[in-house]
Amino acid sequence: METMFGIAVDGVAYGMILFIISVGLSVTLGLMRVVNLAHGAFAMVGGYVASYAAQSAGLPYGVALVVAVALTVLATLPLERLLYRRIYGSANELAQVLLTIGLTFVIVAGINYLFGPTLKRIPLPELLTGTVELGPKAIPTHRAFVIGAGAATLLGLWWLLERTDFGIRLRAAVDDPAMAAALGIRTERLYLATFALGTGLAALGGVLGAELLPLEPYYAIRYIVLFLAVVAVGGAGSIFGSAAAALALGIVDTAGKYLIPNFGEFFFYAALILILFRWPHGFFKGRTA
Amino acid sequence: MTSVAERDGKAGTMTRPIPLGKRRDLDWIGIPLIAAVGLAAYWLLPDDLALLTRIAASALFVLSLDLVLGYGGIATLGQAAMFGTGAYAAGIVAVNWNNDPFAMLAVGGLAGGLLALVTGALILHARGLTLLMLTIAVGQIVQEVANKARDWTGGSDGLSGIDPAPVLGMFRFDMFGHTSYLFALAVLVVGLVVARRIVRSPFGLACRGVKEDPLRVSAIGGSPKAYLVVLYAVAGVFAGVAGALTAVTSGIVGLDSAGFSWSAEALVMLVLGGTGRLYGAVIGTAAFMGVHHILAANDPYHWMAFIGLFLIGIVLFLPGGIVSVAERLGGLRRGKEGGA
Repeated sequence: METMFGIAVDGVAYGMILFIISVGLSVTLGLMRVVNLAHGAFAMVGGYVASYAAQSAGLPYGVALVVAVALTVLATLPLERLLYRRIYGSANELAQVLLTIGLTFVIVAGINYLFGPTLKRIPLPELLTGTVELGPKAIPTHRAFVIGAGAATLLGLWWLLERTDFGIRLRAAVDDPAMAAALGIRTERLYLATFALGTGLAALGGVLGAELLPLEPYYAIRYIVLFLAVVAVGGAGSIFGSAAAALALGIVDTAGKYLIPNFGEFFFYAALILILFRWPHGFFKGRTA
Repeated sequence: MTSVAERDGKAGTMTRPIPLGKRRDLDWIGIPLIAAVGLAAYWLLPDDLALLTRIAASALFVLSLDLVLGYGGIATLGQAAMFGTGAYAAGIVAVNWNNDPFAMLAVGGLAGGLLALVTGALILHARGLTLLMLTIAVGQIVQEVANKARDWTGGSDGLSGIDPAPVLGMFRFDMFGHTSYLFALAVLVVGLVVARRIVRSPFGLACRGVKEDPLRVSAIGGSPKAYLVVLYAVAGVFAGVAGALTAVTSGIVGLDSAGFSWSAEALVMLVLGGTGRLYGAVIGTAAFMGVHHILAANDPYHWMAFIGLFLIGIVLFLPGGIVSVAERLGGLRRGKEGGA
């Protein structure tokens, strides 16, 4: 029972991190149809900036978090203009894979040059280091914080896409970019904003998840397969699909590590193949965006 | 050094008078040229035979990817699954039963082909990100199985102790790598000949048809998926043979031979050389690994930065790869439009 509870808490927290990072990828993939393999690198950049801000510049955790997200978004916006804009659309799959792999390599090398190859930590504030009593059980505060942040992200995104003007335009552009443009929606700006949203979410997840997905230069390559798996299973552009897929994946992966440590990854990928075989557009494919 | 030899070789291709309207005729000299350059490298660079051997074996692997991607239009990040399977199958057979190099190549090819046939039938209905994910997943499963089956594969320590018998009972694999290199080069050249035959056969043309327009192929009575599955299996045989060749020449098989990054690297090499041209695979591999040899000796991260920038540059400015430069120059030389 104790193990089950541990698995549930760790699994959900892990799943929430996967969700925060992957949903950024999902949104950009759903709108711009870009298979962005550099998404993990963006998350890593966010984590490193926060680590630097908290450790070397001595900023408090909350400020470091905001700075990291803001700086990552600012740093990647020129990339949208210069690189990504040329490869939008599903016809450019191979070009997308190559360009974003290239970008990932450059970022990995750059991070190593600036911060060195060692593992970096983001020190947690007092507030997040203890445990939270939850009836008879106690869960680590950081896990609770991560789960809360994930839930907030889910609700915030839902509100943004379903209840705001921006969301309406975005969904229109996903459904039919040419028609949306003809109706006076400025799709280029929309793309830029969506790209910023995606990288911002990546950076947020990278900072929050530094305890679970440790920061080192190969982070960008190591975890991108996980993020892509979430998006593929959840269905590109579907927020609730991403959330469900990320949580399922997080719990299954954590349970696999606890219970059958030898074959966790094997079952994970076998399940992935079976799911994608049966539902090629994602298990949770609903309406896009 | 290798890339210099390659460049000289290509210059030769370019200066050859090419009959108007028969650009495909350039094709037939390609294979003898690669063989000649390979032999020249053998004499000119006797100290780098280990690198040259790896280039030859990897070129065969990249060639298999070219069949899949360049002629079938299947974007995959899991081609190393077949490479690794072939390498492990050949290695296991060599350690336990039969260490004849040709038997090892046959086993490797068979294993790679079978895996590709089964997984291809399972996954090739998908497209885009889903297909990419499926190919990655297949590669990860192969790697995970190899990691867990320690008794057979050595797990994360790698499979060592592969000691191939002399080629044809005559040529021993010496410690300087002379036999290894010549053997690898011979297999590569044979692979190129076979691949060229395949892509020019009616089947190869049908595959190209699927790549250009699957709808039309099914409209005239073909089955796009069946073509792609067979092509995937054929390429799997090539990848398996390449893996077995690596096992024969290096005597060791590691987990990374089935890994995601090896698949990605192969893709990079292929695109560097140019897809859909067969020779692009060889030139791209030689250029990639040659530069890697020089740059990574200092700092692997410099290499990553370099290749990353290079990839971005290729996608933005040179979508056809290195080979297309030669073709464009050739086109200009003849006063025609640059090769498209």
